[in-house]
Amino acid sequence: MNIIACVKQVPDTEAQIKVKADGSGIEEGQIKWVMNPYDEFGVEEALKLKEKNGGDVTVISVGPARAMETIRTALAMGADKGVHICDPAFDGADAYVVANALAAVIKTLPHDIIFCGQRAIDDDAGQVGAMLAEALGVPQLTLVTKLEFAGSSVKVIRPIEGAQLSIETALPCVVTAQKGLNEPRYASLPGIMKAKKKPVDVKDAAAIGVATDAKAKVAKTIPPPARPPGKIVCGDDPAQKAAELGRLLREEAKVI
Amino acid sequence: MAKGVMIVAEQREGALRKISLELASTARKLADQTGDEVSAVLLGSGVEGMAAELGKYGVDKVFVGDNAALEPYVTEAHAEVTAKVIKDNDPAIVLFGASVQGKDLSARVAAKLATGLATDCTDVKLDGGKLVATRPMYAGKCFGEVVINAAPQVASLRPNVFPAAENAKAGAVTKVDVAVGEQKSKVLEVQKDTSGKVDLTEANVIVSGGRGMKGPEGYAILEELAEVLKGTVGASRAAVDAGWRPQKDQVGQTGKVVSPNLYVACGISGAIQHLAGMSSSKCIVAINKDAEAPIFTKADYGVVDDLFKVVPELTAVCKKLVA
Repeated sequence: MNIIACVKQVPDTEAQIKVKADGSGIEEGQIKWVMNPYDEFGVEEALKLKEKNGGDVTVISVGPARAMETIRTALAMGADKGVHICDPAFDGADAYVVANALAAVIKTLPHDIIFCGQRAIDDDAGQVGAMLAEALGVPQLTLVTKLEFAGSSVKVIRPIEGAQLSIETALPCVVTAQKGLNEPRYASLPGIMKAKKKPVDVKDAAAIGVATDAKAKVAKTIPPPARPPGKIVCGDDPAQKAAELGRLLREEAKVI
Repeated sequence: MAKGVMIVAEQREGALRKISLELASTARKLADQTGDEVSAVLLGSGVEGMAAELGKYGVDKVFVGDNAALEPYVTEAHAEVTAKVIKDNDPAIVLFGASVQGKDLSARVAAKLATGLATDCTDVKLDGGKLVATRPMYAGKCFGEVVINAAPQVASLRPNVFPAAENAKAGAVTKVDVAVGEQKSKVLEVQKDTSGKVDLTEANVIVSGGRGMKGPEGYAILEELAEVLKGTVGASRAAVDAGWRPQKDQVGQTGKVVSPNLYVACGISGAIQHLAGMSSSKCIVAINKDAEAPIFTKADYGVVDDLFKVVPELTAVCKKLVA
């Protein structure tokens, strides 16, 4: 099986996000960078498929030089080789540009199934998987929490609001991973040592031949709206506090 | 030249979903600023009757695609037909719902049209006739104002944020051709959640519990409060990772990002990744023994006390208030 896992390097969930004074983006100085948590589920599922069915796992990332760390993390988990699409021309790229860059590389590789995270926890756009599927002309299965491989097709579970769908799709296809799909493994020490020797192909925009002009642009980054300071609800005992809270929610906030 | 606002309506099992009315009302407001038309795409099987309701919420013209192949929702078939209707009618702006289906469909359609998409927007406005879409990033730790430098300008709107207001227009039906080819994906089974609870992303009230609930059995008092307030129970990552609650209940940066009218956080200290996921709630209540817990920095109302004593009292109070 030829399996592809797409990964993105993002700020850790504990990171404080500080907006630059001129609104041109966020301050990156203090940030700890990690693999997007949803991509970890994708990498793990790719490795599980390989272990069960044979084949190899190629991990691909679009990102600046530091994104190489995330590719190495996936290799240390057990992926076989990497492709790093790295070019300043991709700074400010939107999902459309990224999906087309990934597709350009994937088209040159044999591929049966492609994993992405259901969304990256930085821009929260959740578009790359579907746009990549369109660029490759293959079906997409987004927000997958369970996957069964059956030779030339996969069967997945996909939660929607108030229900779960069971869907069958012919390969090749793009699957976007949701929490619940699996428990991603940690890279072992031997894995980390081996990862250093695994091949990573670094390509720039010219080498893959795609346009890098973003269709959707973040014109301005702004801090979240400030919330007015809250009130501590007073009372002598829990019953009094609950009564006062109920009154405030009814009369002041008008939410119940 | 591209003109007007088109919405992509969402329906399930014979009824429009609430987000469709929110889309219609928002589109109406935008279109009225330039004196343009609002149109809608409505796909499924036996859906024509729903066009009138879209009209009631401000839609001038409804493109109805009626075909058994469009029910239940399958991405490729819906994307093919939706993209064709958009191409044929050339709207300046297209709005989707940022529901599970809307997110799945909008990205595929935007890629087909080679245009950009702003996902899960909490505000949309026109600036010199051009769409400016405000959307949370980093689960709400900051916001981006997005512009789309391609046509049409596509955005998906977060459910429960934009008001649905009646504003009757014609809602005239135009049937569209829905010749869809053979699909590579097939829905084998739809397994419904029989609890009758609204999904967190669409809930008006969320009662959430964290590590302070001490175990899965602690959630019983939250279920009771949620029942009285017609809300849904959520959980912090700590509670989900401990196996106390299912994954679908998780609120936060690696779970669901929610915007209810009322969010009651019980025994949640307020890790930054949790705060990010709920800070756009309209009213936030925190109940926690620890007066220093970071959750209190986001709360409109804080109760510093034992939640196991406060919550049952609050349930009794609310029962009387809503009676």
